[in-house]
Amino acid sequence: MQNSTLLKSVCMADKRATCYLEGMTNANQSAAVDIPEKAPSSDDATYQINVGKLDPRVLRRITVMAFKHRWRMVLAITATICAGFFQLFVPQFLGQAVDQAYGLLKSAGQDREAAEAALMTTALFLLGAATLRGVFTMLQNYLGESVGQLIGYQLRLDFYRKLQKLSFSWHDRIHTGDLMTRGILDIEGVRLWTDTGILRVFLLTMLIGGGAIILISKDTMLGLVALSFVPIVGIRASFARLKLRDAWLAYQDQMSLVTKAMEENLVGIRVVRAFAAQAYELVRYDRSADVAMGMARHRAGIFVRSVTQMTFTYYLAMGLTLWVGGGKVISGEISMGVLAEALGFMLILQMPVRQIGWMVNSIARTSTCGGRLFHIIDMEPEIQDRPGATPLATGEGVVRFENASFRYPAWTGDGRTLTDISFEVRPGKVLGVVGPPGSGKTTITHLLARYYNVDGGRITVDGRDVRDVTLESLRQVVSIVQQDAYLFTASLSHNVAYGDPWAEQKKIEGSTATAQLHSYIQGLPEAYRELVGERGVSLSGGQRQRLAIARAILPEAQLLVFDDSSAAIDAGTERQIREALREAMKERGVVIIAHRLSSLMHADEIIFLEDGHIVERGNHDELMAIAGHYARLYDLQARTTAGEEVGA
Amino acid sequence: MSTLTRRKSSDDTSSNSSANTAPLAVVGSQVEQDEELFGRAFDPWVIRRFMHYIMAYKRRIYMAFGAVLLFTLTQLAVPLVVKITIDEALVSDTPDLNLLHWYVALFFGVVTVNYLGNHAMEIIVSRTAQNLLFGLRRAMFAHLQVVSLGFMDKTEVGRLMSRLQGDVASLQEFLEASIFVIGDIVLLFGIVGVMLWLDPFLGGLALSVVPILFFVRIVWLPWARKAFMAAREASSTTNGALAENVHGIRAIQELRREQVNFELFEEKAHKNLTTHLLASKFTNLLIPVVDVLTGSAMAIVVVVGGSMVMGAELEVGVMIAFLFYVQRFFDPIRSLTIQYSIMQRAMASGHRIFEVMDVAVDVKDAPDAIAPDEIDGSLELCDVTFGYEPGNPILKNITFKVEPGETVALVGPTGSGKTSITALLHRFYDVWEGEVRVGGHDVRAVTQHSLGQHIAMVLQEPFLFSASVEENIRYAKTEATMEQVMDAAKAVGAHGFIMQLEHGYQTELNQRAANLSLGQRQLLSFARALVADASILVLDEATANIDSYTELEIQLALKRLLAGRTAIVIAHRLATIRGADRIIVLNEGRIVEQGNHGSLMEDDGLYARLYRLNYASFDDIPDEEIAAAKAGVELT
Repeated sequence: MQNSTLLKSVCMADKRATCYLEGMTNANQSAAVDIPEKAPSSDDATYQINVGKLDPRVLRRITVMAFKHRWRMVLAITATICAGFFQLFVPQFLGQAVDQAYGLLKSAGQDREAAEAALMTTALFLLGAATLRGVFTMLQNYLGESVGQLIGYQLRLDFYRKLQKLSFSWHDRIHTGDLMTRGILDIEGVRLWTDTGILRVFLLTMLIGGGAIILISKDTMLGLVALSFVPIVGIRASFARLKLRDAWLAYQDQMSLVTKAMEENLVGIRVVRAFAAQAYELVRYDRSADVAMGMARHRAGIFVRSVTQMTFTYYLAMGLTLWVGGGKVISGEISMGVLAEALGFMLILQMPVRQIGWMVNSIARTSTCGGRLFHIIDMEPEIQDRPGATPLATGEGVVRFENASFRYPAWTGDGRTLTDISFEVRPGKVLGVVGPPGSGKTTITHLLARYYNVDGGRITVDGRDVRDVTLESLRQVVSIVQQDAYLFTASLSHNVAYGDPWAEQKKIEGSTATAQLHSYIQGLPEAYRELVGERGVSLSGGQRQRLAIARAILPEAQLLVFDDSSAAIDAGTERQIREALREAMKERGVVIIAHRLSSLMHADEIIFLEDGHIVERGNHDELMAIAGHYARLYDLQARTTAGEEVGA
Repeated sequence: MSTLTRRKSSDDTSSNSSANTAPLAVVGSQVEQDEELFGRAFDPWVIRRFMHYIMAYKRRIYMAFGAVLLFTLTQLAVPLVVKITIDEALVSDTPDLNLLHWYVALFFGVVTVNYLGNHAMEIIVSRTAQNLLFGLRRAMFAHLQVVSLGFMDKTEVGRLMSRLQGDVASLQEFLEASIFVIGDIVLLFGIVGVMLWLDPFLGGLALSVVPILFFVRIVWLPWARKAFMAAREASSTTNGALAENVHGIRAIQELRREQVNFELFEEKAHKNLTTHLLASKFTNLLIPVVDVLTGSAMAIVVVVGGSMVMGAELEVGVMIAFLFYVQRFFDPIRSLTIQYSIMQRAMASGHRIFEVMDVAVDVKDAPDAIAPDEIDGSLELCDVTFGYEPGNPILKNITFKVEPGETVALVGPTGSGKTSITALLHRFYDVWEGEVRVGGHDVRAVTQHSLGQHIAMVLQEPFLFSASVEENIRYAKTEATMEQVMDAAKAVGAHGFIMQLEHGYQTELNQRAANLSLGQRQLLSFARALVADASILVLDEATANIDSYTELEIQLALKRLLAGRTAIVIAHRLATIRGADRIIVLNEGRIVEQGNHGSLMEDDGLYARLYRLNYASFDDIPDEEIAAAKAGVELT
């Protein structure tokens, strides 16, 4: 008599929770392409949870976080216990009512009025118990979820903040999709711990423990029979949840491959069409989709088997209860009301027993999700302010490399090094850096703004070692224009003013004018309010770089670094930008890294890098006179890109 | 909120006017989500279209219906069997142990049937739903392979992906739920029927709370939905802001936006918190309502049913059965209202899916299209007029012929129609007027597939797939041998760097081949075109500057690629332009000049004027200068 609809709606709700997570992953499919958990093979034996992986410290830490919200937690636990308490009354009152009515019938209707009054009292108690159960369940759910949301809120902020502080080198090696998974799904997993973990323990103990005591105290045999489904369903549910979890992760992994196949096809649709490769593409798609469908079936199979078997087990126990209890009623050992009560208890225990499965799953999920999350939140940024670091005082802005040497940390797998690099950039002077790919040009910019620390020698600004000043003040002095600048999906003015959101419109327009972008923006229908990105203006490579230049010159830093940031800008426009910058460059130092010599041939000093060493230095004329690397490169460019300014 | 509201930092150079103004700062995408989430609950058009797919699984659907009925009916029967057992075997004047055994056996029989029905129903429904949905997704994907490129150009990939993923998923949810709707309806009516049949008076009284619950839910639903939507939206903007923090971290650190962004993010995260708490309030508000109503119904059964039992007007088994039914009829109501929302969402999704499926295929092979094995490599445009939007032609009466083996460079300012010409050669679009001939055949008379075989294409953005290097090179010709692949790589000078990759030719490329430099990607796309071994090559030269070393290699590779082929090159590099046999200068969809570099310079027309401006590419010349060049004036 239990409610099989109840059961169904439970598993539906369960399924829905999964769908919710599913939906979230889908929504972020493009970002979260890989789930960092290993895809288990379809072999059933590997679907075991690795208990050694469960980390009690993680669970404790999250539990401590929950109890930081002391009053909410105390109230939530109290509400949970009360909800369980009143829930336990319902079957008892039901049994009592049956006995009151039936007992009176048996005793041939004596004192009908008193009996009816007793029934009325029972009914009122029943209504009262149901109402209180409802109210406390509401409080339990709401308070539990609110603590979870508060934890989620806190973790979200901590995570966001930590990502901002972690160094470039760390961001270089971590997959962005991985970070998104942690920031979305893992926080979600941890957030649910209060409700599905902590509070559930109290509720289940209350219901299952209390129910068992009451039933067994009434009639041991009947109680044991009625409760016989509890261990079976509880264990079955736990294993099924864990299996489902693994199957789900595997499926999710596979679906991300399907997504990748589709997305790539659509992005590269012109290539597909150009080579008439549609048939081949469909085969490629089928290859991954068929596997995904197999996994979906596998998952559905696990789910269906466990749900239907649990229902069946439950019904079998009910049949046994009816049998044993019926016999006892006939033999007069127990009253009809006790049988009704036993059946009633089965009804209210059915769902909580299944929830044991959720709880076990919750422990596994919280432990892994929390572990991954804390791993990042606890990380110490490699580059941070030294204790006692002071802000850089506003000075001249003379930047010096003094015998600086650098090697990327071993785990980056980046073998490039810089050895014994020395140079000085003074306000009003331009330093050009040139060299073959991989010679260490970009590394110099990273060291300038201290995205990495030097291994030997030092870098100073106005005589102060960059490691002794605060990062904030150092980066205020150094402004870098990257080759491949990230643009934000916001308006053009937001993008230009990114480094100084308080900049006035006049200043914004001044920067874009210098970067030769103002007239283009003015010609757009929404001008500066036009959004950048897919649904806004799509900028060409050159325009993107010009936007990056406008963005970098706006904060008026003392040192301006162009890191190969004019590659997509043609020589003519670049010349105009240089003209426009001339005035501003009088009081600033400029470093230009470029492979196009026309970009830097006018520099006051040019250094030629090879394998991290400075092999030549001097101004253009001097370097041409040496007839070395620089001169050869110049000749090469004159041949291939003749017509550009170099040859003119 | 210290930073956001402070006076413009501490430096005194700024004027007072900017004091206390809000910063020009946002986090996260500023693009509005304009997709409709809920449609009508019942959209006949969508249902009709959908039925077409469902009918393929007719037999399974009938079986599922049967299983649902079996499951629901046995479920209804369970309390009845308990009632009969109590009333017949336990409570009758002569309690009968034998009868008890029989009824318990009946009970086991009923629950076994229930189990089988349940299992069959769940398995059939979930499998069918998966087959259907994977099929639908594939059909949509396959359709996207043939729809006109015009549609693909206008539609963002992200949008299509949300059709292929999100919308298909919400249809799946609907399909899986829909079968339960039927079960729920049967169960609801079944319970009402059984209760009224057992005792019309008590049944009627107990059921009187049902309409109240219905009413409460209907009032509750729109409010709750609003709260849920707000929570969902807050989630997605918060996550969007997080994604920005992940992807744009370099720019954020470089421009020192950490503090401002953090405070903006905090606002979003806080909104996310409050909207979720509100949504949670709505969800949980219904719990006591349902419990009070269930409690009332039970109280009614206890008081009224109890006194009826005392008066021997009602069997005690009926009272027990009632107590159980009462606890049960709220569930179908709850799940029905949930499924109503699912249905609305599914209709909106279905609408979008079928919209994609209905996009017309403009360019189709003619029924009698041929697929010539060999063509001579000549290309010809005869009086071609073409555009993407009616009334706005991009190409106007273009006529030219390219002889086999000739290299023709197309030059001209952005929007002059160069790319359109290359697209027409491949018959990505059909011309409005005139004729495009490849190897002497009208492109409409041959199959598109054969065009793909005879014309190799190198696009400006060298798009590579996330597969191995080898697979990428043989993409155009899957039957190519490893030797051919390596020969092609050697010919374009890519072999050297490929061998330096970790697994050589078997190295897997990342998404968008991010593990290769632009120059390397370009070389691979050359190798891919070389393997295709087509007699005609269409090349859209990259505009971005590459370092001079790679640049030199690319120029050399290009020479190899062009050797012995007819080639149309959208040229940006002056070196490439000067090396062409013929240069066609386009302007506003018309050919304005043609000839080789020397003769064009002598003519001193548009080409010569543009050339003298010294821009790396004609695409990047500012409008004013082009206008001046066209007018025949030269700016300094």
